[in-house]
Amino acid sequence: MIIILFGVFLLALLVITALAIVRTDNLFAAVILTGIFSLLMAANFFLLDAADVALTEAAIGAGISTVLFLGALALTGERERGGSTNRLLALGVVTVTTLIVIYATFDKPRLGDPDAPVHQHVGPWYLEKTPALIDIPNAVTAVLASFRGYDTLGEVFVVFTAGIGVLFLLSAGRGGRTEEIRPADAPGPGLRHYLVPRVVGRMLIPFIFLFGLYVQFHGDYGPGGGFQAGAIVAAAVILYALLEGEAQALRALPMSVLKWLVAGGALLYGAIGVASMFLGGNFLDYSVLASDPITGQHIGIIVIELGVGITVTGVLLCVFHAFAARGKV
Amino acid sequence: MAMTIDILSWIMLTAGGAFVFIGGLGALRMPNLYTRMHAASLTDTMGAVLVIGGIMMQAGLTLATIKLAAILLFLLLTSPTASNALASAAILSGLQPEEGPIKPRKNAE
Amino acid sequence: MYYAVTIATLVTMALALVRALLGPSIYDRLLAANMFGTKTVLLLSVVAFLYGRPDFLDLALVYALINFIGVIAVLEFIRERADTDSAQKNSGE
Repeated sequence: MIIILFGVFLLALLVITALAIVRTDNLFAAVILTGIFSLLMAANFFLLDAADVALTEAAIGAGISTVLFLGALALTGERERGGSTNRLLALGVVTVTTLIVIYATFDKPRLGDPDAPVHQHVGPWYLEKTPALIDIPNAVTAVLASFRGYDTLGEVFVVFTAGIGVLFLLSAGRGGRTEEIRPADAPGPGLRHYLVPRVVGRMLIPFIFLFGLYVQFHGDYGPGGGFQAGAIVAAAVILYALLEGEAQALRALPMSVLKWLVAGGALLYGAIGVASMFLGGNFLDYSVLASDPITGQHIGIIVIELGVGITVTGVLLCVFHAFAARGKV
Repeated sequence: MAMTIDILSWIMLTAGGAFVFIGGLGALRMPNLYTRMHAASLTDTMGAVLVIGGIMMQAGLTLATIKLAAILLFLLLTSPTASNALASAAILSGLQPEEGPIKPRKNAE
Repeated sequence: MYYAVTIATLVTMALALVRALLGPSIYDRLLAANMFGTKTVLLLSVVAFLYGRPDFLDLALVYALINFIGVIAVLEFIRERADTDSAQKNSGE
């Protein structure tokens, strides 16, 4: 079908972009090409009908990652240093590994094959149990939040650990807030003197927040959920920080609030698990949270998605501020 | 009535596709940064209006039309702003636009 | 007819990618990336209709947003670097 041709075309563009990222030595160009790579990947996921993954890849890969890479580039140089010496050995290792992996895929069932075990046993089980036990239209959220809720708890703690890891690494040696000393006629922080982006950006920020809330709570019915919503809300605050200056954004949402957000989301998730233990069920068994098991599942899913969104927002903003504040002398 | 809406939406979709393609061609073939910016930003906005407008007419009056209207409004606001910001940054970093007739392209390019 | 628009958009994405690979200055690459983002939004809107799943339009909205924020971030980075360069030049004199 033509859709397959579109997918192959996008994959070819992906290979070209990847080659260009590796071959260029201008790191700035590599960052922009990485953003394009993320957009291509998200379009591919979309053509494969995986909407939740495409949304997450776009929100985090193409948007937040580009901003964070640029923050890192601002602290280091722009040109890559000379390459390593033993390239022939590396090429040999990569070629052998590729051939082994390609040989291993000969035993794999074809993509979308209806006779594959995953489509005979695993998929239909989840698709049958979701309306019976949880009764929300989006099966992906049901699997993520309820059937495999313990894995998602692990994911939230991974994000939390990454956040505190970055804070440990990048906040060391910065005792107290240092004021920037700027000459009197320099343009102010942020894009203050660029009137058009500033006006349009400030007008759009409330709507981006609203859209983030929509994606957060609409995850039961369509593509969405906590991870995507956290990235969108963080993107709105980052836009504010880019337009008005990072100090102003820190006055609006101070670091103490951000640290509370980082810890609070994970705490909320764990608290739901413990609460369901106190109410008589297993850990993270939402059925006991209300009188009716299906309502209990709904309540559980909404609260843990909220926890995920809060933690992701807090961590992304902490990492952004850690990068952005380090460049100031 | 449905026939006119159909024909109108096909015309808009085709015109939108043509604008998009012309924009891509212009961004590749134009000799200078500012001329490329001109090609890319104008055709971006116009192509988006035509394509999304065409889809909206096909969709009728549903929730999808409201979402498409939101996408269109967002693109209309942010696409020219991004071009403006890009051009301001280019001017402020010193890349002056060339004036006068276009020099013939060097063969070494 | 949706297929014709999709093919036109995909070809334009390829052309924008070539400009991003070629472009001598960073502004060329940034222009190409911005154009790429807008074309991805159009591609998603049309394909969401081809699939008959209009609730995938949320993705197109997120992409438009991310594209805008990405361009503004790059511009802030460039302005910041120009500021530190001129500040170093002024303090060096």
